[in-house]
Amino acid sequence: MRYPSSFVIAVFGALALWPLVTGSYGTDLVAKIMIYALLALSLELLVGSTGLVCFGQAAFFGIGAYAAVLLSPNDGSTPSLWLTLFSAIILAAAYAFAVGTLSLRTQGVYFIMVTLAFSQMAYYLVHDTPLGGGTDGIYLYVKPTWGWIDLDKASHMYGMIWLSLLLGFLFLSQLLRSPFGRAISGIRVNEQRMKATGFSVYPYKLAAFTLSGAIAGWAGYLFAIKDGFVNPELLSWHLSGSVLVMIILGGLGHMRGALLGAFAFALLQELFQSEAVFGSYAKHWHLGLGLTIMACVAFMPHGLVALPAQLRERLSGRNTAKAELEEHA
Amino acid sequence: MSRDVLLRGINLTRRWGGLVAVNDVSIALTRGCVHAVIGTNGAGKSTLINLLSGEFPPSSGQVELLNQDVSHWAQSRRARAGLGRSYQRNTIFPSFTVLENCRLSAQAQHQQAWSFWRNAEADATTVTIAHEVATRVGLGESLHRQAGYLSHGQKRQLEIAMCLATAPKVLLLDEPLAGMGAEETERMLTLLEELKHDHAILLVEHDMDAVFRIADLITVMVNGLVIATGSPDDVRNNPDVRSAYLGDH
Repeated sequence: MRYPSSFVIAVFGALALWPLVTGSYGTDLVAKIMIYALLALSLELLVGSTGLVCFGQAAFFGIGAYAAVLLSPNDGSTPSLWLTLFSAIILAAAYAFAVGTLSLRTQGVYFIMVTLAFSQMAYYLVHDTPLGGGTDGIYLYVKPTWGWIDLDKASHMYGMIWLSLLLGFLFLSQLLRSPFGRAISGIRVNEQRMKATGFSVYPYKLAAFTLSGAIAGWAGYLFAIKDGFVNPELLSWHLSGSVLVMIILGGLGHMRGALLGAFAFALLQELFQSEAVFGSYAKHWHLGLGLTIMACVAFMPHGLVALPAQLRERLSGRNTAKAELEEHA
Repeated sequence: MSRDVLLRGINLTRRWGGLVAVNDVSIALTRGCVHAVIGTNGAGKSTLINLLSGEFPPSSGQVELLNQDVSHWAQSRRARAGLGRSYQRNTIFPSFTVLENCRLSAQAQHQQAWSFWRNAEADATTVTIAHEVATRVGLGESLHRQAGYLSHGQKRQLEIAMCLATAPKVLLLDEPLAGMGAEETERMLTLLEELKHDHAILLVEHDMDAVFRIADLITVMVNGLVIATGSPDDVRNNPDVRSAYLGDH
């Protein structure tokens, strides 16, 4: 079996078994990281696959999260899982479609700034407003159910998140192999040539942008249901920035990179925040995390996903890492 | 005299601020004819190709493709309607294999954008076209090599293959022979001879031996203006051309 697929099977197998060997803290932590991983996958579709650096991914995540809470009935009855999930995804996708329609007319650094501006717009829609429940956010008192699935149970929630990440990963991996995926890769590598060849690149980019927003909304939905709580920080640019760091850390151009990056980022954050390890320095965790990420980017320019190839290269003294990666790209 | 005119540029002008890069140029490309455009650097040859292919719009003038006014069509739409071009500087997909460069180009005519569940690499139509065109230009042995690692001459061949993969009726070739060795040049000229039977070809080229050997018509441009159009012999003996370009000796 080729290295990427055995890697993926091992990762998802380990994630499925994880709750059996750990307590509720460990389960909750990994559930949270898997949600970030799904969000990172959605951004990888834009940045690593299409070549569009979006700095507003948190808006779609936040819209999915707020939709989960706001669309649940407030009379204490149980919300429907499918109804709220699909509504959250569709709302996030609709916002992404609107943002994409306008922002994709710009390029490069302008695109980054316009996506940031649109995400800040969404942020201020829920920040300190009656809609967003003030600065404190809103609680979700009754979690959705469907048949025997009850997301109030930690194990069901974990299973739902695991399944979502697996489906998101498989869908995006297949998407990249399809004619659509090859076209957006072509747009990333050489947009001018794609136009000259006969591709209208705008609809392709808009479709990728909308899909990405939908998946980010899906992740946001899971986040809100898991914590039973939403606040405006879910839409803040800090989160957009963190997700960008995740996929860069993991290695752009690979869905596996987004998975690895989300885990590496969240676990590093957990480490530097730990008072057991760093004592009173733990409150300065940003410093440690920042320095570590800078070191990672400096010493692993192609991300964690290229680490095996990079090590082989060190050992054999040949320059294979880049070539091997480009072949898979 | 419209013997199968496939592409026509009518009074094309392009200004960049005060500079007139292409000045009132009209050109007609017919099937079965290699129409070469020659001129010194900066004469406006590449700009003319860009105007015809729709890379940017003309300041004034019209473009007709297959007797249809396409002046306001986007470049991608012109390409789908049968206008293929190659670039002076290599504009391939360097991180893709030779096969995928050709296959993706072929996909432009068979887009199927929404069949997410299909594997592009297993798509018989585009893979077959990719094999054909790669073999035709002489890259049949290098299908699985990464395009960025090809030699310069092979990249030029790949440019042509990618162009052919879109099944164009008109070919606009911007210096396809630049940097090619003698053997590669020979192969390319043979290919152009074959292609001209069912294509209209515009050839911008600096290799004068090649141009005078293969062209049926030659247009000479100087400072954005056309100073002569005619058969290779007419052009060779044209006094204006001799003084302006070929050097009077």
